Amino acid sequence: MRSLITLRVNGERHEAAVPVHKTLLEVLREDLGFTGTKHGCELGECGTCTVLVDGAPVLSCLVLPVECEDAEILTVEGMAGPDGLHPLQRAFAELGAAQCGYCTPGILLTAKALLDSRPRPTRDEIRATLVGNLCRCTGYSKILDAVELAAGRMAGAR
Amino acid sequence: MEPVGAPGAPEQSALSVVGHPLPKVDAWAKVAGETKYADDLTLPRMAYAKILRARHPHARIRGVDTSRAATLPGVYAVVTGRDFPPIKYGIMPVSQDEEPLCVDRVRFVGDPVAAVAAVDEETAERAMHLIEVEYEPLPALMAIDQALRDGTPRIHEYGDGHNIHKLVSLEFGDVEAGFREADLVREDVFFFEGNTHLPMEQHAAVAQGGPDGKLTLWSSTQTPHYVHRTLARVLGLPMSRIRVIATPNGGGFGGKSDPFQHEIVVCRLAQLTGRPVKVTLTREEVFYTHRGRHPVLMWIKTGVRRDGAILALHFRSYLDGGAYGSYGVASTFYTGALQTVTYKVPRYKFEGCRVFTNKPPCGPKRGHGTPQPRFALEAHLDKIAEDLSLDPAEMRRRHAVDEHTKTVNHLTITTSGLRACIDRVVEASGWRDKFRKLPFGRGVGFAASSYISGAGLPVYWNDLPHSGVMLKIDRGGGVAAFCGSIDIGQGSDSVLAYVVAEVLGIRPEDIRVVTADTDLTPVDLGSYSSRVTLMTGNAAKEAAEKLRGLLLDAAAKKLEVSPAALEARDRRIFVRDDPSRGLAFDEAARLAEAAYGTLVAAGSYTPPKRAAKFKGAGVGPTPAYSYTACVVELQVDPETGEIRIDRVWIAHDGGTAINPLLVEGQVEGSVYMGLGEALMEEQVFRHGLHKIPSMLEYKSPTTLETPEMTTLLVQTRDPEGPYGAKEAGQGPLLPVIPAVANAVYDAVGVRIDEVPITPEKILTALDLRTQGRPRRVGPDRLPPVRFPEPVRVPPPWVDPEGRASTAVHGPERPRP
Repeated sequence: MRSLITLRVNGERHEAAVPVHKTLLEVLREDLGFTGTKHGCELGECGTCTVLVDGAPVLSCLVLPVECEDAEILTVEGMAGPDGLHPLQRAFAELGAAQCGYCTPGILLTAKALLDSRPRPTRDEIRATLVGNLCRCTGYSKILDAVELAAGRMAGAR
Repeated sequence: MEPVGAPGAPEQSALSVVGHPLPKVDAWAKVAGETKYADDLTLPRMAYAKILRARHPHARIRGVDTSRAATLPGVYAVVTGRDFPPIKYGIMPVSQDEEPLCVDRVRFVGDPVAAVAAVDEETAERAMHLIEVEYEPLPALMAIDQALRDGTPRIHEYGDGHNIHKLVSLEFGDVEAGFREADLVREDVFFFEGNTHLPMEQHAAVAQGGPDGKLTLWSSTQTPHYVHRTLARVLGLPMSRIRVIATPNGGGFGGKSDPFQHEIVVCRLAQLTGRPVKVTLTREEVFYTHRGRHPVLMWIKTGVRRDGAILALHFRSYLDGGAYGSYGVASTFYTGALQTVTYKVPRYKFEGCRVFTNKPPCGPKRGHGTPQPRFALEAHLDKIAEDLSLDPAEMRRRHAVDEHTKTVNHLTITTSGLRACIDRVVEASGWRDKFRKLPFGRGVGFAASSYISGAGLPVYWNDLPHSGVMLKIDRGGGVAAFCGSIDIGQGSDSVLAYVVAEVLGIRPEDIRVVTADTDLTPVDLGSYSSRVTLMTGNAAKEAAEKLRGLLLDAAAKKLEVSPAALEARDRRIFVRDDPSRGLAFDEAARLAEAAYGTLVAAGSYTPPKRAAKFKGAGVGPTPAYSYTACVVELQVDPETGEIRIDRVWIAHDGGTAINPLLVEGQVEGSVYMGLGEALMEEQVFRHGLHKIPSMLEYKSPTTLETPEMTTLLVQTRDPEGPYGAKEAGQGPLLPVIPAVANAVYDAVGVRIDEVPITPEKILTALDLRTQGRPRRVGPDRLPPVRFPEPVRVPPPWVDPEGRASTAVHGPERPRP
């Protein structure tokens, strides 16, 4: 059975008629074309599919779209602003924090939620926040460096 | 040939791209979520495929009834093994044992039996469950001992014995003579449990047929060229009708290096349905698809002099290969080949055996066949150092191989920064103040290693280049670089752009890279064996130098100077002694096009032919070896057996770093993956089933288990590599695992001779220690394999050609 749902993604309103049991991950990728959101397990284990719902990281593979109908959803495609890429995106590119890049969208969004609530987190706080996002390429070092660099730049700009 | 320099990025300050920490050329798309991986592709009218896999580890297929599935609304096609020509395939020419879908027999849980294409994934899955397969179960052989037993069924009809896929026995020099001379002879047994790549991206592929009979496959593969060859063979089409495009891999680590059933199946389904067909494996399927680290049991015997010099080494490996050949023959040779490349070994004997079992097939994972023997050798040497009361780091340093020498098994060493690597980690970690000096529960461990920068031979015999690069300059000065290499996150697109930009004097962002498309790009053999930076880099350099020659000639005429007086840099071509006299790069390009026609050039690279004459000599040779040394500091909680890694210091000689930032990234990723293997990652089975085929239960390190690392680059300048580069993607994983094992011993005085080193094993060993019994957990017996008489090969200082000898042993001639 399909139902008509309305989602606000990256500040834009989208409508789609989708089977009610489809996950937010599937609707974002398959019905709305936001393929920047990736999947690694579809069981809520790897953090790859993380998006922000009303500013908080959620695993989109475990969420139904109907739960998000009144919410503001942010995917990696919506991170850049009018001035270009988000400081986190720039720092990740500059420091080599994205190797294969597959876990990158989920990590960027998780880190963004952290910096939005705690602008200057310690390295241990960054570690603790990213514990649910697996990355097989980087050994996390450059990712932690990049979050620190972005936090510093954002604080400097304020 | 460029001169060989001393460590430390020699005389490269004149370079404007190479050696600089630039962003990757594909980084911007990756951070913006714009990179299109295989599962991100959607085509009009596309169907979705699902593959039915065996539920028995070993069974005969009595019959497959697809009638109910085929009539389900929304189903476009159902295929079984009988819908393919009866042709077997496999990555290695000597192991053609796989089928697109099993016809008569399944050999592991997960072996593909049938497939469905339908309007959506859900319908395909429903149809898949309607396929009825009648099985006749056979005894499941889940361990080496069991598979070798008489009276058990043979998993394959070919091989070197009853369920023995491959037997190797080689002897270089007279090891027994070496043992007789030795002050100490020590034997140990080790086991390395299998583990898997766990790339974040599940394998996916999309196939599309055309009305012209041509077929296109997009796939997350590390080896588009080998997939191209396999599709032609299995589908019975000429290669010219097939186009394989490798999409950026969301992690590979070796797990996307075989031609896979799902790739072949979607091609056949696309042919049958006239629609594009996509398949995306579930995470569970990825665990069963595997081709990862072999479980290896190892026996090692070494004779040493009082100062730790190795006089003879005898090494045996027993590989649990799983159900198919895959890269297994190469894996078997690799467990033996590189034992001689790190320290001087004047006499060496290697016996290896790969056994078929009813588990997912094993293959290459980061370090391919060498992390297991490296663990064994480095833990063994740690024990020898203790037996001799020597500092284990100093002992290894003293006996490290010399540069520009040959090993006893005929491998050619060019540069080695191993001693510098050892010095750097010993210094940085405070090794001398910590080793055997930390309080109970805290410890440090040391290990070192070496690895190839690209296999010297392709997986199938041919005389062709291993990598090709094609360049084109447009009239605005933009450069397109075409190459078959595929970026799996290691930065191969970037290395291609950096090298071309350096030679032409432009910036990486002026270059568009077009890669891994068999219709458009010259062949590169693929992203495996740490070959791409060296081989593609050399091909790119050759192509760019040809174009540069044309540009300099045209500019020289205009400027009325000799081409030799010119330099290309900063998007200009100018007179070296008077930089104010020059042309913009794009203007020079237009002059050159006017003078010489369309500006294109190609470069190609073939490794030096250095393999010796004996059979099996093809595994091990490479243009250059990388070197690594590592110190791990950790804490062991004697109450819980838990290990906390405090810090890792690692120094890597990967030759000149084309981009030091990316080299560091490869080293750090290797440390992380090595720690995962050392502490927690394992593929284990029960009743033929994978016990933990999920990312939650298959434990891998998170941000909390991954420690801070100190990464030190030792930059030798190797004459074989582009600008002196070697490799960084695999070698640095090798010493991490034994360094952990050795640190555990330093911390709590127990030897865990088995990977992974789990809390349970530590507690068991600590119990044994309390009871006053040998403080060790590890294997103590070997399978009943009878190795044949070794093929005897005189060392290179006796026979430079390395021909197998019929003599038992010639007169000993000392190593010069």
